[in-house]
Amino acid sequence: MSAPSTSLLRANRHSKAPHPWLVRLAALRAWLFLALLLVTFEVWARASYGVSFVLSSYNAQSIAVFAVAPLLLALGETFVIIAGGIDLSVGFVMGLSAVLAAHATNAADSSLPPLPAMLVGIAAGLAVALVPGAINGWLISKLKVPPFIGTLGMFGVARGTAFLLAKGTTVPVTNDWFAALGNGRLLGIPVVVLVTAVFVLFMHYLLGQSRFGQHTYAVGASEQAALRAGIGVGRLTRRLYLLSALCAGLGGVLYTARFTAGAAQAGEPLLLDSIAAVVIGGASLFGGSGTILGTVAGSLVIAVIQYGLVFIDVEPFWQFVAVGVVIIISVLVDQTQRKLGGER
Amino acid sequence: MSAVPSPSSQPLLDVRGVYKRFGGVEALKGVSLELHPGEVVALAGDNGAGKSTLTKMISGVYPADDGEIRLDGQAVRFSTPEAARVAGIETIYQDLALADNLSIGANIFLGREPMRRAFGVLPVLDRRAMAQAAKETMSRLDFHVDRLEAPVGRFSGGQRQAVAIGRAMYWNARVILMDEPTAALGVPEQRKVLTLIRNLKAQGRGVIFISHNLQDIFAVSDRIVVLRRGSLAGERLIAQTTHDEVVKLMIGG
Ligand SMILES: Nc1ncnc2c1ncn2[C@@H]1O[C@H](COP(=O)(O)OP(=O)(O)O)[C@@H](O)[C@H]1O
Ligand SMILES: [Mg+2]
Repeated sequence: MSAPSTSLLRANRHSKAPHPWLVRLAALRAWLFLALLLVTFEVWARASYGVSFVLSSYNAQSIAVFAVAPLLLALGETFVIIAGGIDLSVGFVMGLSAVLAAHATNAADSSLPPLPAMLVGIAAGLAVALVPGAINGWLISKLKVPPFIGTLGMFGVARGTAFLLAKGTTVPVTNDWFAALGNGRLLGIPVVVLVTAVFVLFMHYLLGQSRFGQHTYAVGASEQAALRAGIGVGRLTRRLYLLSALCAGLGGVLYTARFTAGAAQAGEPLLLDSIAAVVIGGASLFGGSGTILGTVAGSLVIAVIQYGLVFIDVEPFWQFVAVGVVIIISVLVDQTQRKLGGER
Repeated sequence: MSAVPSPSSQPLLDVRGVYKRFGGVEALKGVSLELHPGEVVALAGDNGAGKSTLTKMISGVYPADDGEIRLDGQAVRFSTPEAARVAGIETIYQDLALADNLSIGANIFLGREPMRRAFGVLPVLDRRAMAQAAKETMSRLDFHVDRLEAPVGRFSGGQRQAVAIGRAMYWNARVILMDEPTAALGVPEQRKVLTLIRNLKAQGRGVIFISHNLQDIFAVSDRIVVLRRGSLAGERLIAQTTHDEVVKLMIGG
């Protein structure tokens, strides 16, 4: 170690660096918030009804199942938001996938045994999501359309197409395997929760441990830096919107499985919830920061608020108010943290 | 104009009579410049003299309309900055081109991250290798980092400059181009960047640095090349010239 005078990187770090505990606390803030919510509902449930909120496995499972769809959308949205973009089309891409998965399963059911028929349905649901995903990526990377506008356009296109394919109604599925995927249990845990958990692990790995994830962070911090480092930013952008659409497709397939019917409006209320989950989870809408585990916590926060308010008999419309307030608080915390962190 | 005796070694970089026109503007009208290993050449001149254009042609941003560029005696023609970088010519940009949210190691390896296999199968980023390389590279610049995982956005301007230079060094850049590296910095930070340049020189790399600050130029350069309206106004060994003479070359007359 040399003398402090020659030690550039140590010289004035005190002026800019936040306390290390503050950084760690910020990363955990969604989980802390989740714990706070659970304690609040627990106290309320015990005081008002003499029952436990947290220690009920029925509640825990309901919340987990409830969180699945917004979480799936939020996982892809996390990548897009970290890269400095936004994907507004996910809700109706999910609806499109739900409807097409139902149609394809029904068509395959007439000529195939149930298991392969379900696989055909799943493949079709995931594949169709890639179309709007590819168009989003192309609009944004090639035609330089702002993500907000490009994906808003695709929101409309996917919505219209989904309703047209569903002929304005829901598309029931009678495939038993599909019903088991959506409502079955393995080791006592709902299969949709297990599937989502595995997918979460994969996305966590992809974001934190792969070059793709690393480049996603870099692009979100500085597109110029990424370009000058030789990263194919256009290709990365196209992959990000494909990934986001694929997540929405998985959400759509699992929706059809759970309700044994595809519906165009399957993901309609979930766009806001998914973006909220990402933001509550600590990602910045300016790009450059966010984590999968944070997004998981953010999704659980929303699910707990929504389920908990119903549980303690608050009028359901308060859910919207509560989620809205939490989003605003999260953004304020993010801004404060940025100031304290001395970021430019 | 007095010719400057060049060191006897073969020039690392040899720019011969490059010409560049932008529409009606002749940005460079046949400029030549040599850079030897372990040499710091200052590029000076008034605004619009052609300094940035010259460095951009060396670094592959624009092709030259005429003239040639030789690296180690071989004529080269870079179609992209990437190609120039691969050949060992690195530019340290004023805005630094760092990803503020990533660590020093992640910035050094950005776009070419080392991977390892977790549990023998799963490919994952080799963060330890990145941190180790960051530590070694930065200590070669005499900067000792104790927070290797901190994002570079938390560092000061001079520290970030060091990271950008560290990245160039790690990838074995032999020619380092710096366009006004001290312009955005406070005085203590400027000093540190000058120390960095001396360090690169001591490692045998060639540095071309653009500056408006004669103090800085005289502090670290071996030679100064002065451009005026796209032409070579003069070239001097720093040891044999004065501020006054350089200013006269810059403004002409
Ligand atoms: N990309 C460009 N397009 C058009 N003109 C340019 C471009 N880059 C530089 N020029 C012109 O070339 C001349 C030299 O510019 P530059 O190399 O930036 O000078 P310096 O860096 O010495 O201030 C100026 O007249 C400038 O306006
Ligand atoms: Mg310039």
